[in-house]
Amino acid sequence: MKTVQALILTGCASLMLGNGSPQLVPDISQRRVEIAYSFTGAELLLFGAILYPGGRVPKRDAEIVVVLRGPSEPILIREKQKLGGLIWVNAESTQFRSAPGFYAIASSKPLDKLVDERTAAIYELGLGNLQLSPSSGSAPDEQQRFERGLIDLRQRNELFEERANSVEITAGVLYRARLTIPARVPVGTYSAETFLIRDGKVLAAATRDIEIAKSGFERFVAEASRQWPFTYGLAAILLSLGVGWGASAAFRRF
Amino acid sequence: MDLYLPIANLSVNALVIVLLGGAVGLLSGMFGVGGGFLTTPLLIFYGIPPTVAAASAATQVTGASVSGVLAHVQRDGVDFRIGGVLVAGGVAGSIAGAGIFRLLQGAGQIETVISLLYVLLLGSIGSLMARDAWQAIDAKRKGAPLPPRKRRHHPLVASLPLRWRFYRSGLYISPLAPLALGFVTGILTVLLGVGGGFIMVPAMIYLLGMATRVVVGTSLFQILFVTAATTMVHALTTQAVDIVLAALLLIGSVTGAQIGARLASRIPPDWLRLFLAAIVLVVALRMAIGLGWRPDEIYLVEPL
Repeated sequence: MKTVQALILTGCASLMLGNGSPQLVPDISQRRVEIAYSFTGAELLLFGAILYPGGRVPKRDAEIVVVLRGPSEPILIREKQKLGGLIWVNAESTQFRSAPGFYAIASSKPLDKLVDERTAAIYELGLGNLQLSPSSGSAPDEQQRFERGLIDLRQRNELFEERANSVEITAGVLYRARLTIPARVPVGTYSAETFLIRDGKVLAAATRDIEIAKSGFERFVAEASRQWPFTYGLAAILLSLGVGWGASAAFRRF
Repeated sequence: MDLYLPIANLSVNALVIVLLGGAVGLLSGMFGVGGGFLTTPLLIFYGIPPTVAAASAATQVTGASVSGVLAHVQRDGVDFRIGGVLVAGGVAGSIAGAGIFRLLQGAGQIETVISLLYVLLLGSIGSLMARDAWQAIDAKRKGAPLPPRKRRHHPLVASLPLRWRFYRSGLYISPLAPLALGFVTGILTVLLGVGGGFIMVPAMIYLLGMATRVVVGTSLFQILFVTAATTMVHALTTQAVDIVLAALLLIGSVTGAQIGARLASRIPPDWLRLFLAAIVLVVALRMAIGLGWRPDEIYLVEPL
């Protein structure tokens, strides 16, 4: 018990007084996003405080980058090409082992002014720095072409987003950013990462998890279709028979 | 009114889907076809993933054909014997279709094959229908009725072994012919989400030589069972049946079908056929243009 108390005390002390480097205390407006029948997307507010050692805010403000990313999954990308000058068909394809289903980044300044390429690559900051892990042995320039295709596609579907100058910092210690998630967002555990950056260096980083899940009836339907496919199919057939019969019975009266 | 579709994983305007179902239902009521050939492409244009569109359209066709089958059973317009053979072939076809679907999906060519099949089938059948309807209208205008077509089955059908008697259809042919016809439409039902009436009806008349009185009823009878089987096959294999999407389509289409059936009695049948042929040809043309046009999306992402 004593050791636990001691640990908490030292934890608090390091939080408030610091051991030289600043700390981030992030939070999110919603820890859980529920997809129900009327879901058309959601707006998340990511906010928090920057704790400097001794509470002294330095003269030169540090900048904040917030990244919200969805679960990664292995994917296959197909590319359409014109066949014989006539029709467009899927021709070449490549695989990526870990493509995030959602990636949104907000920063208080344009990313290229905050960090150099190496740092951006290490922390996967920016759409150009996602580690997609191509698994098929295709040529690097071909992989890049597919990567650009994926990013462009998901940007237009609002699944990938890069927003510069969209983190607001108040008095050098409070920050907030708004990120939107569209209706076709994949479900799963998301992570919200916050980075405190000054002079091209990441001073502090902190992560919070968000759960995005279908709820109520929508969850029930999605689960039923996967767990009891026979019953689900039967229910769909009975529904269509019932509605069809009901309508013809109802209209016979007129 | 936005509504989230739990299987398609996107939200749609519920009113648009109900109206879409209603428009398709109106046409199906007027022409006596299931309307799947319109629902699937329209849903894909609206942004529903092709697999979900085909699976849910099959469910809708089941509902749309119920009232038709009931009406035809009452006036003795269904040959249950040949219908049973067609259904057996259709169920086998839908299972085979699921295998083909998976194969094509793995090769990444499912979309292209769906579009090509639509262009070929709708294009040829639409042209045939348009020619027939136009000849009939033209003949009536000149006052010289067309010589009645001799009802005879195709020589190929006659050469098949093992003959059965189908009394209501007035046929003495091998059951292998309707079995094969059912099989082909079963495959198409899975791939395209269509009932297959627009193929089956001409095939029954021109290939099998069935009595016209039982053609539409028997075709609807087969469609009812085969689309139901297809819904089950999709539920078990692709798991792409969206029950919410199907319900929205059903509400629209069963209402539209009833209104369409009432409208149909006021329009001369030859004009009705010409009209349907025009719609079929427009859909085929739109699909053909879509194949040759540079698509909006060059890249397609599939989970592994």
